[in-house]
Amino acid sequence: MEFIKKYPKLFQWLFLLIVFFALCFAIDVPETYNFIRGQAEFIKDPNQSSYVLFGKEVRYYAFDVFWRLPPLLGWLPIWINDSLFFLMNEWMPMEFWNEDTQEFKTRPLVLQITRNLTSFMTFLIELIREFLLGGLNTIVAFSSWDWIDANPWAELPGLPWTIVAAGATILAYKLSGKGLALFAALVMIYISIFGQWKPSMQTLSFILVAAPLSFIFGLGLGIAAFKSKRVEKALYPILLVMQTMPQYAVLVPAIVLFGVGDHAAVIITMVVAVPPMILLTLLGLRGISPEVIEAGKMSGCSNWQLMSKVLIPTARRDILIGVNQVIMVCFSMAVISAFIGAKGLGFNLLLALNQLNIGLALEAGLCISLIAILLDKMSLAWANKQIDYFGNLTFFQRHKNIFFFVVAIILGIVFAYTGSFYFKEGFNYLFEIPHNKGISTADFWNKGVDWIFDTFFVYIKAFNTWLIVDVLQPMRALYLRMPAVATLVLVVGAGYIIGGIRSALIVCGLTLFIALSPWWDRALVTTYMATFGVVISCIIGFTVGTLCFQNKNSASFMLGVCDIFQTFPSFVYLIPVMMLFGITDTSVLIAVIVYATIPATRYTIEGLRSVPAALHDAATMSGVTKFQRLFKIEFPLAFPHMMLGLNQTIVFALFMVIIGAFIGTEDLGQYILKALSDKNGAGIGLTLGLCVAFIGLIFDNLIRTWVDQRKKHLGLS
Amino acid sequence: MSDPIIKCEGVYKIFGENAKKMLHESSGNVDAKTFQDNGCIVGVNNASFEVSKGEMLVVMGLSGSGKSTLLRCISRLTDATSGKIFIEGQDLLQLNNKELIDLRRNKMGMVFQSFALLPHKTVVENIAFPLQIKGIKTEDSISKAMEMVKLVGLDGRENYFPRELSGGQQQRVGIARSLAVEPDIWFLDEPFSALDPLIRKEMQDEFLRLQGKLQKTIMFITHDFDEALKLADRIAIMKDGIIEQLDTPANIVLNPATEYVRKFTEEVPREKVLLIEDVMDVITKENLSDLKVSKDEIIENVAEKILTQEKTVSVVDENNQIVGSINPSKIINTVFGGRKNNN
Repeated sequence: MEFIKKYPKLFQWLFLLIVFFALCFAIDVPETYNFIRGQAEFIKDPNQSSYVLFGKEVRYYAFDVFWRLPPLLGWLPIWINDSLFFLMNEWMPMEFWNEDTQEFKTRPLVLQITRNLTSFMTFLIELIREFLLGGLNTIVAFSSWDWIDANPWAELPGLPWTIVAAGATILAYKLSGKGLALFAALVMIYISIFGQWKPSMQTLSFILVAAPLSFIFGLGLGIAAFKSKRVEKALYPILLVMQTMPQYAVLVPAIVLFGVGDHAAVIITMVVAVPPMILLTLLGLRGISPEVIEAGKMSGCSNWQLMSKVLIPTARRDILIGVNQVIMVCFSMAVISAFIGAKGLGFNLLLALNQLNIGLALEAGLCISLIAILLDKMSLAWANKQIDYFGNLTFFQRHKNIFFFVVAIILGIVFAYTGSFYFKEGFNYLFEIPHNKGISTADFWNKGVDWIFDTFFVYIKAFNTWLIVDVLQPMRALYLRMPAVATLVLVVGAGYIIGGIRSALIVCGLTLFIALSPWWDRALVTTYMATFGVVISCIIGFTVGTLCFQNKNSASFMLGVCDIFQTFPSFVYLIPVMMLFGITDTSVLIAVIVYATIPATRYTIEGLRSVPAALHDAATMSGVTKFQRLFKIEFPLAFPHMMLGLNQTIVFALFMVIIGAFIGTEDLGQYILKALSDKNGAGIGLTLGLCVAFIGLIFDNLIRTWVDQRKKHLGLS
Repeated sequence: MSDPIIKCEGVYKIFGENAKKMLHESSGNVDAKTFQDNGCIVGVNNASFEVSKGEMLVVMGLSGSGKSTLLRCISRLTDATSGKIFIEGQDLLQLNNKELIDLRRNKMGMVFQSFALLPHKTVVENIAFPLQIKGIKTEDSISKAMEMVKLVGLDGRENYFPRELSGGQQQRVGIARSLAVEPDIWFLDEPFSALDPLIRKEMQDEFLRLQGKLQKTIMFITHDFDEALKLADRIAIMKDGIIEQLDTPANIVLNPATEYVRKFTEEVPREKVLLIEDVMDVITKENLSDLKVSKDEIIENVAEKILTQEKTVSVVDENNQIVGSINPSKIINTVFGGRKNNN
């Protein structure tokens, strides 16, 4: 009894677990139960039950309510679809002036808005694309096809690759110096001579539209939320859901609203990239000391000056992390949005993966990653740039970068022109190296993959079989064996013990949504894969983080490695695992583990670093050994921060599990991927996305509540 | 005295949702306790005072006494709940946003406890910041800022970032920034509290040197009584939002208005605060020594001279007219005696 009094929480947890297992054993698996491989509403089966709501029939397999709840939310996807259809086709028809046919046309309002939005996005993308690659659409937009026919000189080609490469190098030099300039030059040359120029520039034009727009919207909304409590309250739930919503799932409704192509991809990218930008802007602005704001006011700043010259620059650190996130999301969307017809490297990457041409995929993936790192570093350097007021510079020194660029343009044109004589037959390599006509190492990599397969096939296969048969299958069976009621009790009980009645209610609502959707079994599979990934990631991440923390240099090095890895678009992680493990669950899980280990490692190091130095000294003076210090001082204090890392790890793992559907899994992601090619997929895709987001949010809520309490308890907040 | 530069009449600042209503109901008789029970916190309670041109008013009080809130009311960083504040005769609370910005750009400067430098700007950029906000050309603002850098003795460090400077140096930047627009009114909110004692003394001396040169009208906030005594023309002592006493340092030490002020002054070394004038007796002809001391001397500075005399010493004014006398025994009495009950 003493013991229970001393640890009341422990007793509560034990009680919860006992109830959970009791329920698990008490409720038998129904004889008719088996894992449904198809979607219930598409299967005609006399054993199915059904109900009718909103005039739609929802069919499902009925079980004991304790075992699986009936899919009372089965009508939701249908209803979403119908609403979208109604909005796009029937709601508020209005007369709009049609430029092409020169007459008024009746169109629903939403359709008109989305069409205008998409044509604006298309214009922006084409504008940049035609600078880089040539084309006529922009010129035509300002004149007409007739005018072009009359003035053939206006059919300008794009910039030769030499000029773009020189421009990027000079810009990098101006922003940061020789190191970055060298990197920029190498990246550009690599892209060009490996024949990736055209898709790279297509992707770049997509990024150059999506990233700045996301940044502006995110910053603007972040400022609005900072200034007005009401805006913040309205945005908060959306931000929360968007943070854990898999990027796939957003694609599906986007097709309905914006159609297929680069423009839709830009809009979707903004939908995904803006929320983290808002959150980080808000975080940064909140963190400014009130005296700095007062100092700004006393200097006589107007509201605008206060915002642009004091608040935003002071919150620069967090806003920069936001920019980094935006760029990261943009690149990962550049790949994913290839599913809805965006051109560029992402499309090539998907194509190569589909053909199992690992070498080609590797080259495209490397290109994306290199451009991502380059843009990330450039944006960072730009934000940190300093002005020299005292340098006594000559006119030439002041304008040397412009001068060099002009020289580069002239040289580039001369090269391209002479090239057109030199390479009379075939391609002008000094103008643009066409796709797949450059050097390619694809064969080398493919042979490498084959060699690995031939040589290590036995071992890989043995490992694969062992993992799947002895670890994954039993684990999956265990997850599916949980009766819905037992799961609900476990989750809600955990919510109650950690955060009281409020947390319990939130968590209960989120879980019920998934349980009442038609995809509970699938959600369990997603959870099992994510759990497996998270557990391994955390073990690796915490170990590596702790080891690296022992030495200052290795800690900084590790954080740098995490930075670089984080810049890789999530899809790129699939390439090497497919090289090694082919198309199996193992591949997905290993990609999940690699991807999710990044936040686990990063937060471990940062958490350990955040332990105050005074405590280190105090501990040392108490005569602790290194191990005692680690376990008695550093871990307990760093633990809340490390738990936030766990939170991130879960989100990352869920994302990758869903993306893993591309390789082939039997979870929610598989259906999302299916919904992409389904005419009526929008509702299903969105509901599935919400299910995944809610899995993330359940953990998010529990962990955050716990961390807040723990931090308060330790006096860290 | 010339017209007051800063004038406050019955200023109240009360935090809380229905502060205005409660203040209205209490009809000026604010009791902190009843307000607190209703979820309101009294920051400033009926403050009325004037500061004249070139004067340094030091507002003294422990943390939470409302001194910083009072300063923020006068600089209108927060709006006073009720009362009137005049800056050079202008009604501060009636100014619209543009007029207020104008006033701050040209008339006011402020120094903060935590320095409040902009982390992304160098020393010279920080100092030039208020000038650039005003719309002065970059070149001119930078050259003006360089003057200020020299004034506060930071030459050679103009391209450093705040994070690369020590606390004392950072506050020099803060001071330079607040002076860059050549304001008439200078607010200092515990400017030296975050500094080490030695640096603090050095900065106080530096501050006195600057004030000797510039003759600004100053409101200076501190929780350090010694600092107040060292710098002030007049001191206002605050407790729970109320100004307990506002007077010259000597009068505060000699005639504490309330028990609270008396407790504060108990441990004060009088010889460092009081002037001969404050303790001298009437003119006497008997037993005079040849020594004459000025009435404006601080006791500490002349005590040794007087104590070496056995006879009474004459006190003279600036025209060398005898205005009083002082006996060595009086000095001994002032310095060592009667701390508890005298005066």
